[in-house]
Amino acid sequence: MDAINKAQKGPFVSLMTGLPGGGKTFLGILLVAALLVPLSNMFLPPSSPFHVPTYLVSLMGKYICFALLALSVDLIWGFAGILSLGHGAFFALGGYSMGMYLMRQIGDRGVYGNPILPDFMVFLNWTELPWYWYGFDMFPFAMLMVILVPGFLAFVFGWFAFRSRVTGVYLSIITQAMTYALLLAFFRNDMGFGGNNGLTDFKDILGFDLQATGTRLGLFVASLIALAFGYLVCCFITQSKLGRVLIAIRDAESRTRFSGYRVEYYKLFVFVVSAILAGIAGALYVPQVGIINPSEFSPANSIEIVIWVAVGGRGTLWGAVLGAFLINWGKSYFTGSFPDAWLYFLGGLFIFSTLFLPKGIVGTAGIWIDKLKQLRQGKPDMNTPVSVKEEQ
Amino acid sequence: MTAHPKESKDKDLTSILYLDGVSVSFDGFKALNNLSFVVEPGEMRAIIGPNGAGKTTMMDVITGKTKPDTGEVFFKNGIDLTKYDEAFIANLGIGRKFQKPTVFESQTVFHNLELSLKGDKSVMTTLFAALNDEEVSRIMEVLRIIRLTEKAGDLAGSLSHGQKQWLEIGMLLMQDPDLLLVDEPVAGMTDAETEQTAILLREISATHSVVVVEHDMEFVRALNSKVTVLHEGSVLAEGSLDTVQNNQRVVEVYLGR
Amino acid sequence: MRIILKIIIAAMLFSVAIQAPARADLEEAAGGLLSKSYGDKIQATEAIAATGDARAILLLETLLAGDLYAVKDTDRLVYRKPANGGDQVTDILTDEDLGDLKSGDLTKIRINNRMRGLIKDLLGRLTLLNEDPLLRLKAADAVFKSRPVEMIVPMGDALAAETDTAVAAAMRRALAALNFVHGDTPEVQGEALLILQEESVPEVRSLLSAEANRLAAIQNPSPENQALAKAIDQALAKVEEKLAMLGVVENIFQGISLGSVLLLAAIGLAITFGVMGVINMAHGEMVMIGAYTTYVVQELCRTFAPELLTFSLIAAIPAAFIVAGLCGVAIERSIIRFLYGRPLETLLATWGLSLVLQQFVRTIFGPTNKEVSSPDWLSGTWEITGGLALTYNRIAIIFFAAAVLVMLMLVLRKTSFGLQMRAVTQNRKMGASMGIRTGWVDAMTFGLGSGVAGMAGVALSQIDNVSPNLGQAYIIDSFMVVVFGGVGNLWGTLVGALSLGITNKFLEPYTGAVLAKILVLVFIILFIQKRPRGLFALKGRAVEN
Repeated sequence: MDAINKAQKGPFVSLMTGLPGGGKTFLGILLVAALLVPLSNMFLPPSSPFHVPTYLVSLMGKYICFALLALSVDLIWGFAGILSLGHGAFFALGGYSMGMYLMRQIGDRGVYGNPILPDFMVFLNWTELPWYWYGFDMFPFAMLMVILVPGFLAFVFGWFAFRSRVTGVYLSIITQAMTYALLLAFFRNDMGFGGNNGLTDFKDILGFDLQATGTRLGLFVASLIALAFGYLVCCFITQSKLGRVLIAIRDAESRTRFSGYRVEYYKLFVFVVSAILAGIAGALYVPQVGIINPSEFSPANSIEIVIWVAVGGRGTLWGAVLGAFLINWGKSYFTGSFPDAWLYFLGGLFIFSTLFLPKGIVGTAGIWIDKLKQLRQGKPDMNTPVSVKEEQ
Repeated sequence: MTAHPKESKDKDLTSILYLDGVSVSFDGFKALNNLSFVVEPGEMRAIIGPNGAGKTTMMDVITGKTKPDTGEVFFKNGIDLTKYDEAFIANLGIGRKFQKPTVFESQTVFHNLELSLKGDKSVMTTLFAALNDEEVSRIMEVLRIIRLTEKAGDLAGSLSHGQKQWLEIGMLLMQDPDLLLVDEPVAGMTDAETEQTAILLREISATHSVVVVEHDMEFVRALNSKVTVLHEGSVLAEGSLDTVQNNQRVVEVYLGR
Repeated sequence: MRIILKIIIAAMLFSVAIQAPARADLEEAAGGLLSKSYGDKIQATEAIAATGDARAILLLETLLAGDLYAVKDTDRLVYRKPANGGDQVTDILTDEDLGDLKSGDLTKIRINNRMRGLIKDLLGRLTLLNEDPLLRLKAADAVFKSRPVEMIVPMGDALAAETDTAVAAAMRRALAALNFVHGDTPEVQGEALLILQEESVPEVRSLLSAEANRLAAIQNPSPENQALAKAIDQALAKVEEKLAMLGVVENIFQGISLGSVLLLAAIGLAITFGVMGVINMAHGEMVMIGAYTTYVVQELCRTFAPELLTFSLIAAIPAAFIVAGLCGVAIERSIIRFLYGRPLETLLATWGLSLVLQQFVRTIFGPTNKEVSSPDWLSGTWEITGGLALTYNRIAIIFFAAAVLVMLMLVLRKTSFGLQMRAVTQNRKMGASMGIRTGWVDAMTFGLGSGVAGMAGVALSQIDNVSPNLGQAYIIDSFMVVVFGGVGNLWGTLVGALSLGITNKFLEPYTGAVLAKILVLVFIILFIQKRPRGLFALKGRAVEN
């Protein structure tokens, strides 16, 4: 019996011997992309149909960051039933942490040539670097902050929210309020994060020129590695007994409590892990797009992440990745070719997927595959991927 | 969950559950009104009462979901239950079955039982948890008791109503509690299932204290236990089923005045 | 005796002011302006003022603004105003249109700073005696603010001649300020102080504290000065107290005003979210549709019945209710009814809908703001005292919000529809078995909530830009109000809206508008932790489901 096997082995062995539905294929695709894309960019002539131009490498790198962000939302929404409408905030905080490092790297090459102060501070007639900018000239410190800052916010927010049992739409609404408050705060010039314009005009990262093709390829591969790492973390969690407790919380929170689980700690744990993944995604996103500004905090952005997950299929992990890719590719295509149609399309997609595709592409495909298997084997198969509870 | 509950010095109790003068009100409505009753170790107790008598609220108070406005609630050797939350009380050894069968529908029967297993339920332990042979055999034993061995790999959501009721009782057994609170275990069951459930509960009561809330008089008779009648948030009568049924006030409450 | 003298002088001045225009005098005096010497010009300016001619004011104002020119050939004094194609040049004394003269034909009459000060004073003097009491009032207030020493005598004269009580009060205040600042004995100053301390305007405070500082700096002050300093301190305390009171009153008004805006935006949501439990993220777009309906009604009015234009806002109220209400019914029937019991999915679908509606409006009306004008009867301010003025449209919105709230409560409590609605929301199955068409009630309830949002749009069109993003700006605030006030309770929505509005306005002076908003948001986030069901929460079993 598979269920017994899985529970008996524990999460490490489960992860080694079998990833959930389609996981190996997914990691395989990531590996192939990490190898082929740089090779093609470097060695194939631009005339070749298989040549991947540098702009496309950066574009895909951006999508991969979004995919990691989608994964982080799927972890809490698909498995623990926590619908965060403020995950863009963690992404943006990770991004700002990276942006602050990149800003300090500019040094005296800015417009005003001040070796310590970034341009916008000189412009505001500031004479001293604010204390919270200290240390960001060191890469390891900045990377630590990429993890700690979103993680800390998620911890504090989650500590209060989950302990007082704010659930469902109430939680969604206050996560939205959280990112909205941060949006307003980061718009203020005196916060010291560049206000409206955010942080931009970056020059290099770890001494590598950000405009160079090699750096871009490196960031692309780094993003792929981060996505694969994030995927494995999510698999590890969801395959463990803790993953099953999360699903129990999602489906019957009260029952889980009466079974002796401190629901708030479980939610807090997964919320913090998810925020850290989102922060990492943001940190990789910023050097590839060259800017971070307060609009990343806008509530609309955060809701859009949720629809990536919904379209791909919540609770399926790589479905979220697929959704992020599809919708962002669609966005690039529509805003380029039919700019007016994009919002119709995106809005329509929200409505369509909730009404007709409640399990998303991967979830729905999974149901069809199961049905096919049942027909072929003549008996029900028990090893279905985790599916989302629906009252139909 | 390492901290031990403070033991009250002035309550040297032998009873497993001790409620004294418990009152709860919601917006002026008194759900529990000076309720007092005691359950002895190893006892099986049936609680009956018309709708709104306060049966579910009483369970909420015992399991830490609702805090009483006044009154004392003690468990085992004087553990004050009003101080703790649901998870803590569950780990102290009180299991609760809901009125509406509540199981983890999108997980297998086996996993439902695994999740209810007694033990350290902290986040990190759970993250790295793996079952040992002893635990597996414990789950298999409970599967046998609740007659669901064949269904171990099925999703709990695919079970029949009666099977879900049993699964939930099985989940309580996995917790190995000292006291089981069972809310309407035979609602929506066929006669045969009801009979089996009565047998099951009697088996359980051999090793645990059990409090059963039920409407079905046939079932209560089959349990063959002491009966407490609740009405408007307090105890109306207590005794064997026959005594209670002959009590003039109970008849009035049930038949209307 | 002095009084009689004053009256005589005033009467003389007054008679000069209303004398028939002595054009010849004025022309003669104005001629001096053509001189190159500033001394001549100063004499000319004084002469112009002395004529008391009504046109002298226009002449001096034009001169002060640097808009006075002389035509090179004719030496006529003219001013220019932009007209179609080029500048139109008008003779300032005869009002004769000289047509389009080139810049090269004109010489600007230049003035220096000394003249500027002089002209200002002269203008103040002239307008103090103007026939229009409103202008006299303005002139008195201007003197009160600038306090030129040379105005002491004219102000006293003008005050003595003044018949209008409001103008007289302003003049008395201005004279007191003049005497207080320029008075050379503590007695004069003390007398002025007695008048000033009754005033509650910020200028008095700065005036008094400046004088207090000056006195404090004097070494070895005389007993009189000491007494005066003490009196000033007392007066200052009195004024401060009044100003603080006014500040509180103003904050409360501003808070109520903001609260009523929040209430209007949130009240429809209190029905769809509070009563039905539907998370309608397209709620803001219903408000936006209401605002656009107002715009369309206004434009229709302009085209077909321009004489009724001032009342188009009234007509827009039912129109917005119907348009937004019908939209709501359509949304409920086509999307929301398939999603009952799945609040998170409803949230996503309605968010998508809000994107579609925004883009739809953008496609039809374009992305730019649309102008919805305020009718005359809503423009202007109600000045209560010098320090406190309330605009009529803000006041109107407060009353409108209250009216909408009362109407909604009546509908919910006194009509059979309200009864059916409450029945369905409390127990759907029971309602259905009692013969209530639950589907119809759902659609109507949602329509009602949306319609009310549409009416809010009418009000918001008066204070906010009518653009496709109008709704977005209010959606989060609306949810905050409903969640804070407690779901399913209109009183909660009222209290929530007002307390958030007032809190916001009391914070603003200390923190600035943005930080105040952030603090309020953080406060609500923390508050929800404490009371997850809001201020007026239901308790007990009803909450469980």
